[in-house]
Amino acid sequence: MRSLSTIFWLSIKELRSFFRDWVLLGLVVYSFSLAIIAQAQSNSQELHNASLGVVDEDRSELSRRITRAFLPPYFKPAEPIAERDIDHLMNVGRYTFVIDIPPHFERDVLAGRTPTLQVAVDATAMMQAGVGSGYAQEIIGTEIANFVSRHGTATVPAVNLAVRIAFNPNVTTAWFVGVMGIINNVTMLAIILAGAAVVREREHGTLDHLLVMPVSPFEIAMAKILGNAAVIAVAAGLSLSLIVRHLLGVPIAGSVPLFMCGVGIYLFFATSVGVFLATIARTMPQLGLLYMLVAIPLNLLSGSNTPLESMPPFLRTIMEASPTTHFVSFAQAILYRGAGLDVVWSSFLKVGLMGALFLALGLLRYRSVAVQGS
Amino acid sequence: MAFVDGTVAHLVDVRHRYGAVAALSGVTLDVPAGGMVGLIGPDGVGKSTLLGLIAGAKKIQEGAVEVLGGDMADARHRQAICPRIAFMPQGLGKNLYPDLSVRENIDFFGRLFDHGRRERRRRTKELMTATGLAPFADRPAKKLSGGMRQKLGLCCSLIHDPDLLILDEPTTGVDPLSRRQFWDLIDHMRSRRPGMSVIVATAYMDEAERFDWLVAMNAGAILATGSPAALKERTATTTIEAAFIALLPDGLKSGHRVLQIPPRTKYDHESVIVARDLTRRFGDFTAVDHVSFDIQRGEIFGFVGSNGCGKTTTMKMLTGLLPASEGTATLFGRPVDASDMRSRMRVGYMSQSFSLYSELTVRQNLDLHARLFHLPANEAKSRIADLVGRFGLKEYVDQLASNLPLGIRQRLSLAVAVVHRPDLLILDEPTSGVDPMARDAFWELLIDMSRNQGVTIFVSTHFMNEAARCDRISLMDAGRVLATDTPDGLVRSRRAVNLEDAFIDFLEEANGRPVVVDDGSALEGSNSAGGAGASPAIFSARRMLAYTVRESLELLRDPIRLMFALGGTAFLMLIFGFGITTDVNSLTIAFLDRDNTFESRAYLGELRGSRYFVEEAPLRDEADALQRLKSGKVTATVEIPPGFGRDLRRGRPAEVGVWIDGAMPFRAETIRGYLVGVHEQYLTDTTIRGHTSGEAGASPANIAIRFRYNPNFDSIYAMVPSQLALQLALIPAILMALAVVREKELGSIVNLYVTPVTRLEFLIGKQIPYVALAMLNFAIMFLMALVLFGIPLKGSFLALLLGAFIYVITTTAYGLVISAFTRSQIAALFGTTIMTILPAVMFAGMMVPVSSLVGFGAIMGRFFPMTYFLPISVGTFTKGLGFADLSSYLLSLAAFVPALTLLGLVLVRRQEK
Repeated sequence: MRSLSTIFWLSIKELRSFFRDWVLLGLVVYSFSLAIIAQAQSNSQELHNASLGVVDEDRSELSRRITRAFLPPYFKPAEPIAERDIDHLMNVGRYTFVIDIPPHFERDVLAGRTPTLQVAVDATAMMQAGVGSGYAQEIIGTEIANFVSRHGTATVPAVNLAVRIAFNPNVTTAWFVGVMGIINNVTMLAIILAGAAVVREREHGTLDHLLVMPVSPFEIAMAKILGNAAVIAVAAGLSLSLIVRHLLGVPIAGSVPLFMCGVGIYLFFATSVGVFLATIARTMPQLGLLYMLVAIPLNLLSGSNTPLESMPPFLRTIMEASPTTHFVSFAQAILYRGAGLDVVWSSFLKVGLMGALFLALGLLRYRSVAVQGS
Repeated sequence: MAFVDGTVAHLVDVRHRYGAVAALSGVTLDVPAGGMVGLIGPDGVGKSTLLGLIAGAKKIQEGAVEVLGGDMADARHRQAICPRIAFMPQGLGKNLYPDLSVRENIDFFGRLFDHGRRERRRRTKELMTATGLAPFADRPAKKLSGGMRQKLGLCCSLIHDPDLLILDEPTTGVDPLSRRQFWDLIDHMRSRRPGMSVIVATAYMDEAERFDWLVAMNAGAILATGSPAALKERTATTTIEAAFIALLPDGLKSGHRVLQIPPRTKYDHESVIVARDLTRRFGDFTAVDHVSFDIQRGEIFGFVGSNGCGKTTTMKMLTGLLPASEGTATLFGRPVDASDMRSRMRVGYMSQSFSLYSELTVRQNLDLHARLFHLPANEAKSRIADLVGRFGLKEYVDQLASNLPLGIRQRLSLAVAVVHRPDLLILDEPTSGVDPMARDAFWELLIDMSRNQGVTIFVSTHFMNEAARCDRISLMDAGRVLATDTPDGLVRSRRAVNLEDAFIDFLEEANGRPVVVDDGSALEGSNSAGGAGASPAIFSARRMLAYTVRESLELLRDPIRLMFALGGTAFLMLIFGFGITTDVNSLTIAFLDRDNTFESRAYLGELRGSRYFVEEAPLRDEADALQRLKSGKVTATVEIPPGFGRDLRRGRPAEVGVWIDGAMPFRAETIRGYLVGVHEQYLTDTTIRGHTSGEAGASPANIAIRFRYNPNFDSIYAMVPSQLALQLALIPAILMALAVVREKELGSIVNLYVTPVTRLEFLIGKQIPYVALAMLNFAIMFLMALVLFGIPLKGSFLALLLGAFIYVITTTAYGLVISAFTRSQIAALFGTTIMTILPAVMFAGMMVPVSSLVGFGAIMGRFFPMTYFLPISVGTFTKGLGFADLSSYLLSLAAFVPALTLLGLVLVRRQEK
C-alpha cells in the first residue's frame, strides 16, 4: 500500500516533468502525427511513378499502343530513347524500366511468328523492380492480346486465376505504413523516454536524493515505466484513432481496446529496456549511442519494414524471440485481420515475460550504478 | 600601486539579456590598465557576462565596449588584439581538455597562437617549471587536483604573453593553500611583466583585499568602485564582506543582522554519527582514507576542504548511497544499512546539486517529498504551510524551481530536506555560489534547528567563514582528516591568526610540500614581446592542426566513442545487410483442393514446385482459410473449386481462387506476381503437353523480362552497397556533430572565441580526424561486403574510393552544419539521426528510385549528398561501372564540399550570444 502510493506520486512527478519539457513533448507529437502522415503518403510499398524508357524500333500501331498503356500512378509517361543510349541511361539510374520493341514487331505478331519483346529492368531498384516487372508483363500482354483479338486471332486461357487481396484490397501503402509507423514510434520513443528520464535524474543528482528517502529502486523504476508508458500509450491511441483512422482513412478490422492492451504490455517491455540501458550508460550521449545500436535493429528487423520470412535463418530465429517482432505480428493480426485474444494471447504473454526479465536486470544494476554516475 | 597611464577597458552603458533575464543593466566602467582589478559580488550578478564581453567571447548586445584601444564590436579589431588577451573562464579548468595531459594541453594552446615547435617546447618548459607542474607533465588534466588544474589553466593562458589577463573566479572550490599559491604565482607573473593588466572575478570577499582596485557588483549593476581601503573607509567597515553588504541598496539589507550563534544545549553525550576508519576506494584511487569522527546530538559539525578531497564521498557512505570499502559507520547507534527504511525516515539529505526537481513548482516539490515520506495528508498540509512561512517561500510558492534565484532555491532545498522532521541533516556544500546575505539567512535556519529543535547537522563547505560558525570541524585534504576540533581550538593549536592560516599550516605539515614559487630565473630567456607583435595570419595550418591533433588524441582516449566509431558501422552493416531484404521467399501457403482430380493435382503440383512457397497443412474449408490468414500462419491460400478437372477437359474456362494476406502491401504484390508467374507457366506447360483441348494456343509474343546487373534478383547485391552509403552518412555525421557540441557543453568552445584560431581552421581541423576515421570505416565495410557478404566489386575501385572520400567529407560537413543548431549532445545525436535517416531512406534512392520522386521528396533528395553517392556505390559494386558513367555523380558530390563548408562557416558563431 505504501509502495503503491510512492509509485503513484513518483509517476505523477514523471508526467509533470514530461509536460514541462517542450522539446520532448514536441518530438512525441510530431512523431505520432506529421511523421506518420508523411510516411503514409510515401507510396514506398507500391509501384508508383516508375520511370520508363521505350526504344521503339517498330513504330507501328501496336508499339504506340504498348507505349501509351503505361499509365500513372504506376508509371511515369514513357519516354522515347535511342537504342545506343540504353546502357548509359540505365547505368546512371535514369530509368528503372526500358522496353525494347524490335523492328517488324506488329507484323510478326499478326503473322503468328511469336516475336520477342524485351523489358530491361534495373534489378538494383529492388522493390520497384520486383513489383513493376510483373505489372509491365501484364500490361504489355494485355495490350498485345487486345490488339490480336481485334484482328481475329484471339486465344482464351484455359484457366483463369482470380486473385483477391485480403484485409487491404487495393494494396494501399498508407494502410500498412500508417499503423507500422505508430508501432515503430512506440518502440523508439518508449525506450529513449524511460532511459533519458533515469539518466537525467542521475545527472541532476536527484536520484541520490530519492535513494536516501524511504523509496526503493523498484518503486523508482516502476514510476519511470508507468509514467512514460502512459504518455506513449495515450499518444499511440490518439494517433491510431485520429490520424490513422480518420485522417488517413485506414479501416481498422479488429478491436482497438485489445490492441491497446497489447500496447500496454509492450510498453512495459520497451520502457524496462530503456531503464536497463540507462543503468549501462553513464551519460546522456552514451545512452544515445547505445540506444541507436539497440533500438534501430529492434525496429528495422521486427517485420514492420521488410518481411521476416526473407531473413537468414539464424537472424530470423533471434528476431522471433524479440518482443518487438511479437508486437508487430499481433498488431497486424488485430488491426488488419481482426484477430481476437484467442489468436494473440501467447504473444502477449511472451512480451510480458521479456519485460519482467529486463526490469529485473535493470534493478540488479540500479543502486550500484546510481551512485557511480554522480 | 602605480597604474600605467590610461585604461585597458572602457565600457559605456553596457546592457545584456539572456531571454527575459537581464544580466547587465547599464554598466559604465573604466578599468585602469596595468593593475590587478577585482570584480566582487555573489553568483548571478553579471560578473561572468562582463568578463566575457571584455574578452570578446560574448557578443555585445547594447552599449559600447573598448578594449586595448579599439571597439570590441569590430571583428577585425578583435582578431588583431586576441593574441594580446588571455581569458580563463569560470569553472575549474573549463577551457582545458580533461583527457589531454598537462604538456598536451599547453602544447595545444601554443599551436593556437601559431608558435613553432621549438618555441612551444621552450615556453611549455618555462611555464611548467614556474608553476611547479613539471613533474606532472604527462598526467591527464582530469586527474589533477583542483589547485593544479588552476595552475594548468594559468599556464595555458600565459603561453602567449598576454597584455590583459582575464580570470573568472579562478580559485572557487580550491583549498586555501593552493589558493594562496595561485595568487603568489599571479604576483610573480606580474612582476615579470609589469605592463600586464589583470581582471579577476571572485566570490571570496577575503581575497579581494589583495587587489589594487575593486568593482562591487549586484543585480547587473555596479555598486561602487575604488581601492579596498577606499571602499572600507566609505562604508566605515573593517572587512570587504561587511563593506559589500553595506553598499547594497537599503531594500535588500533590511532585516540583515550580524549572525549570532547561541551556545549549544548539551545533551548527555548521545552520539548520532560515529565513523571509525571509514575508507572508500575507486579502483586504485583512495577517495576517503581511514576517516574517523563522532558527532553529538544537536551539534553543527563541519567538514572543511577543497573540491574533491572526499567530503561528498564520506557523506554518501553515511547515507548508505555508497558502501564503505573498509571501516564502520553507525547512525543513531545502528550500522548504516542501505535497505533500512526506518533510519531513512530520520535523515534529511541535501546533495551538492540542490536535489530539487527544477521542472516542478515550489509547492509541487514540497508536496512530492511529503508524499514520499508518507506524511498523513492533513499533517503534510500544515507542515508545508509552516515551512513555506518559516523559510520565506510564500511569494514563490507557485513558481518553477528552475526560475528561482539561487538563494531561494537553496532555502527550498533545505525545506524539502526537513519536510519529515528529521533528527539528522546531512548537507553537502549547501551554500556555494550564494551571496553573503542569503548565506547568513540560511545559517539562521540551521542554527534555529540545531539550537531549538535538537537537530544534528553535518555540513560540508569550502568557505572558511562558514567553517568558523560550526561547533566543531574536521579539516580534510586528499581523503584524510587532518584535524578535528572547535574552530577556536584549531586556531589556537597552530597559533594562527585565523582559521584559514591554521588550515594552511595543517596542509603544509601533512603534505610536506613547500610553497613552490620559482625565483623567476627560468623565465628570463622569454621574449616578453612574444605573441603581441604581428596580427595573426588569415589561415594557419598550425592552428588547424592544433584541433586535428587534439581531437584525435581525445577520440583515442574515449573508449566508448571510439568503439562506436569503429564498431558501430560494422555492427549496423552486419545486421542490416543480412536483415533488410526485399527478397520475398519461404512464403507459407495452404491449399484447398475441392476437386481432387488429376487436373487439380497437376495445377497444385506446379505451385508446389515453386521455390518461393512453403506448403502448410491442407485447408479444411473456407472458414479455416480465413482463420489461418488472420493469425498470419499462412500468407496465401489457393482454392480449386469442384468441377475444375471436368471443366478443363471439356474446354470450358475453369477458375482458381486465391486469397493473399494484404497486411504488408509489398509482400502481397510480390506474392501476386509469383502466383501469376506460376500460373502462366502452368498454362504454357499444359499447352505444350497438350493436356487441354480447345483453342488455347501459344501466346502471340514473348515478353522477355531481363533483370540487368543482378540476374537472380537477390536484394543483397543492392542492399549491401546501399547500407555502405547509409552508414557512411549516419555515423560520421553523428560523431562530427557530437564533437562540436561536446565543446559547447564542456565550455572549451570558448577557445574558438578568444584565441586567434579562425572558424575555418576550427571546422577543418576538427573534421580531418573524422574523415580519416570514416575512411577506415569505409575500408572495414568494403572488406565486409567482399568477404562476409560475398559481393564482388565489378566496377572501378578507384571511382568508389574517390567517391567515398568526397562523400565522407560531405557527410562530416553535414554533421558540422547540424551541430550549429544544437546545444546539447543528446539533441545533436537525435537531430543528426533524424535529419539523416529520413532523407537517406526516403529521398536518396534507397527504397524508391530517385527517378520516381516528385515534389518535396525530389527536392529533399537533390540536396542530400547520399543521392549522389548511392549510384556510385551500387554502380561500382553491382552495375560494374567506372568513371565514364559516374563522373557526373562525382562532380555533383564534390560541389557539396565547398557549399556545406561555407554553410558551416556562416552558421558557427565566432562569439557567444
